[in-house]
Amino acid sequence: MSKILLHGTEAICEGAMRNGCRAFFGYPITPQNEVPEYMSVKMPQIGGVFVQAESEVAAINMVYGAAGAGIRAMTSSSSPGVSLKQEGISYIACARIPCVVVNIMRAGPGLGGILPAQGDYFQATKGGGHGDYHLIVLAPSSAQEACDFTYRAFDLADRYRVPAMILADGMIGQIMEPVELPPMRPLSDIPEKPWATSGHYGKDRRILNSLIIKPEQLEPHVNELQRTYNEIYANERKAEQYKTEDAEIILTAYGTVARICKSAVDQLRAQGVKAGCIRPITLYPFPDDAFSSNAERADCKAFLSVELSLGQMVEDVRLAVNGKKPVYFYGRTGGNVPEEEEIVEAAKGALGKAKSEL
Amino acid sequence: MKVFEKTKMLTDAHMHYCPGCTHGIVHRLVAESIEELGLQEKCIGIAPVGCAVFAYDYFNCDMQEAAHGRAPAVATGIKRCLPDRTVFVYQGDGDLASIGMAETVHAAARGENITIIFINNSIYGMTGGQMAPTTLIGQKATTCQNGRDPAVNGYPIRVCELLATLDAPYYIERVSTHDVKHVIAAKRAIKKALKFQSEGRGYTFIEVLVSCPTNWHMRPVDALRFMGEECTKTFPLGVYRDKSEGKE
Repeated sequence: MSKILLHGTEAICEGAMRNGCRAFFGYPITPQNEVPEYMSVKMPQIGGVFVQAESEVAAINMVYGAAGAGIRAMTSSSSPGVSLKQEGISYIACARIPCVVVNIMRAGPGLGGILPAQGDYFQATKGGGHGDYHLIVLAPSSAQEACDFTYRAFDLADRYRVPAMILADGMIGQIMEPVELPPMRPLSDIPEKPWATSGHYGKDRRILNSLIIKPEQLEPHVNELQRTYNEIYANERKAEQYKTEDAEIILTAYGTVARICKSAVDQLRAQGVKAGCIRPITLYPFPDDAFSSNAERADCKAFLSVELSLGQMVEDVRLAVNGKKPVYFYGRTGGNVPEEEEIVEAAKGALGKAKSEL
Repeated sequence: MKVFEKTKMLTDAHMHYCPGCTHGIVHRLVAESIEELGLQEKCIGIAPVGCAVFAYDYFNCDMQEAAHGRAPAVATGIKRCLPDRTVFVYQGDGDLASIGMAETVHAAARGENITIIFINNSIYGMTGGQMAPTTLIGQKATTCQNGRDPAVNGYPIRVCELLATLDAPYYIERVSTHDVKHVIAAKRAIKKALKFQSEGRGYTFIEVLVSCPTNWHMRPVDALRFMGEECTKTFPLGVYRDKSEGKE
């Protein structure tokens, strides 16, 4: 199939619609306005629902209703808006309603700026709202992945009855790249949801609820959620490894930064430095195996986490490396994206420091 | 001769409402109306946060329990995707008129084809008697212990009147539960609203005045009298919109 030129946000929409998404609820916020705009045109054309909600809070609760009624539903926003959705996401996680939430991250905190950032890693991967829960978090680094990961997110969310998040920095949302679109999946191909509250029609009635007021019932429920997260951890960790086989210095990054890191790896190798890159694809579950296996290698000297934040994913990298090798950090914030040369220098510095401390 | 039978739209669960509270009556009116209209099997209810949070245990149909104030958004999500189902929302005054005012107004402005049952008892019941957006001037609550003072606490919000400024709503009525006559009238309004929804006519909103003897610190009979004599002064009963009667 031939490729077409698509905006990252449009690729997200196409990935959703082609895997059965038939309800989208959104609210304007830069840099993701193209998602609700595109959906407002496309959804009616495929018999789907588009509603511009009165707020991000309302949008996520419309997702709760629609997805709870068994429809594949999605909402999208950017950092400040995703903060507003956290209440709803926590309820959705507890009530076990599968859905997809897109966060095209901009720089924070507060209203921050509208340029790319990765400051919402903690929020996305550690729960985000109140209570013990997680989302499945996928991090695309191209328009093609924006489409493919959104497509996949709906299957993962349904399989585990866990909400899934597409976590992309503003650059991935705003990039234009050739994309090969998957075929439109027929709705008849999507597994039934016997738990959905869609009218019981004479069968047993269904209840979707996140109030479990008796402690002897809430604890087993939370434990059951945790068992699901453990299953997701066992099955779904995913990372791309780039030239790590003999790497002394391993860069790690996701999204846009991973692409720059791979270029930095090539430049470092051209300069005679054995560099590699681990690009987490699933941020939750975190692909710790990719890190621990490299940390075991004698010729691996150090890791360098490069982020558009002041150091968030680096904490998971440290847990995965578990003290076996030094882990360094290089980050930019405020909407600034590091140049390849900055990363090359940071990698050389990290490797030199690791060797001097040995 | 059978003179009365409990509606099948209510489960056999023991209701947790306080003695003298008229929530239970409104549950029955809603449930009877749904059953009589034959909507039970294709009906999805939304429970609020507040005293009626356990409504999912009582209404014998598919139910979703929403976050505080978000029920109209949840209902919008369901109804837009499944327009042939009946979707009703049951909310109290704190839920609907305070934290959920945005969702309330915008669902009405969009003319969502849903039915909202708004329980107005002028108080936060579940949390123990704090001031509500509908607390009467002078009425005591745990967060305005000398009585609601407009200079400090502002004025009660009349939701029917507010929503009646919007173009989209099809039917808006305020009813009460302070005596049998008014309970019967309340049933008529609730059933009419659900029927309008099943006919696809648009947004329907029934505000029901309900007593809270526990947090009003009154005997149930006194609470009913207070409701009939005082609450109805601030919240006049009546039809605020009925497009079927040409009342815009």
